[in-house]
Amino acid sequence: MPESYDDIPGTYVYDGRMARKGRVLNKLLFSLAKRENREEFLRDEDAYLDRYALTPEQRAAVKGRDYAKLIELGGNIYYVFKLTAVAGGMKMTELGAAQLGMEHEAFLERVRNGVI
Amino acid sequence: MARVIGGIGTSHIPQVGVAYDRKLQETPEWKPLFDGYLPAQEWLARRQPDVAIVIYNDHGADLSIEKMPTFAVGVAENYPPGDEGWGPRPLPPAQGDPDLSWHIVESLVESEFDPMIAQELALDHGFLVPMNLLWPGDWPVRVVPIAVNVIQHPVPTALRCYKLGKALRAALEAYPSDQKIVVIGTGGMSHQLHGERVGYLNRTFDNYFLDTLETDPYELTKISRRDYMEKAGAEAIELIMWLTMRAALNDDVKRVHRFYLTPVSLSSAGLIVLEN
Repeated sequence: MPESYDDIPGTYVYDGRMARKGRVLNKLLFSLAKRENREEFLRDEDAYLDRYALTPEQRAAVKGRDYAKLIELGGNIYYVFKLTAVAGGMKMTELGAAQLGMEHEAFLERVRNGVI
Repeated sequence: MARVIGGIGTSHIPQVGVAYDRKLQETPEWKPLFDGYLPAQEWLARRQPDVAIVIYNDHGADLSIEKMPTFAVGVAENYPPGDEGWGPRPLPPAQGDPDLSWHIVESLVESEFDPMIAQELALDHGFLVPMNLLWPGDWPVRVVPIAVNVIQHPVPTALRCYKLGKALRAALEAYPSDQKIVVIGTGGMSHQLHGERVGYLNRTFDNYFLDTLETDPYELTKISRRDYMEKAGAEAIELIMWLTMRAALNDDVKRVHRFYLTPVSLSSAGLIVLEN
């Protein structure tokens, strides 16, 4: 029997359901691991996004750099991280803070204090 | 036959690669982490393995979730650094050992493991960061990369990864060579990078894992994938790769070094060096 993990709070396990929802989105994000694609993305983001059949919600989340939303909509965390690289570069802790809508320093303190 | 001299479990935190490239090892932020690896470096310098077998995972640098193999074995002459989105890191290619790689593939298939065979493989932080930490500067070893899918669920069970380690050991025992081999398992320790639970860390679980990995690794195969994710954070499922390493060692091992630091970037950093 497949394991159930839906009860783990605040977690979007990247399984078949997420893969089906996020296939095209992740294809777009994975394409950014190539330099020439990053350059095209930066030159004309809309034209670049036109090549991928994203849902309107996914397209808005990419354009708005709404990283928490991208995860909900099927983005794999390691692929979403590639968008941060194109969008000026972020540390993983900054991506963490952005997902919670927190200031970086406040997020780091929350992480330090949260260790169990 | 080739000789497995020991094994190393280590985290592979990407920001450590950035710190390495920017030469931040001596800064207050990074010194505690880099210093934690000195005893491991000394052990490797003393024991001088010829080959490192590195069990790691790709995070979308070369292997992609468009086609994700559960296990993949590199059989290349060499392995360049991949592009994770920031451009490839300024590192030379890792030198492969195709003879040993092909022997491992053949032996694994005889043991009813069926890995993807990778004649070309670019490496990401899952492989490169441990190499930087264990051998700062040039790498005096040839490498065999073994990639495990830990990002597209269903990922293999902890028990399957353990059995892979046993099959790997059998392959090495049958290899007609007097080479000295170190097996490295990378990933973890506790961390969660995504969702409302982002930033979750669990020092208690990590230390239980380190204790048990040394003395009774089979016990760790009884933990479900769900429970690894619940106890150590979703991305800490990577810890199952340490079980492959551990299962390739003797049941009784001598602990040479153990180090733990949390948080480092958005993870807990762990290191264990076990000698056969």
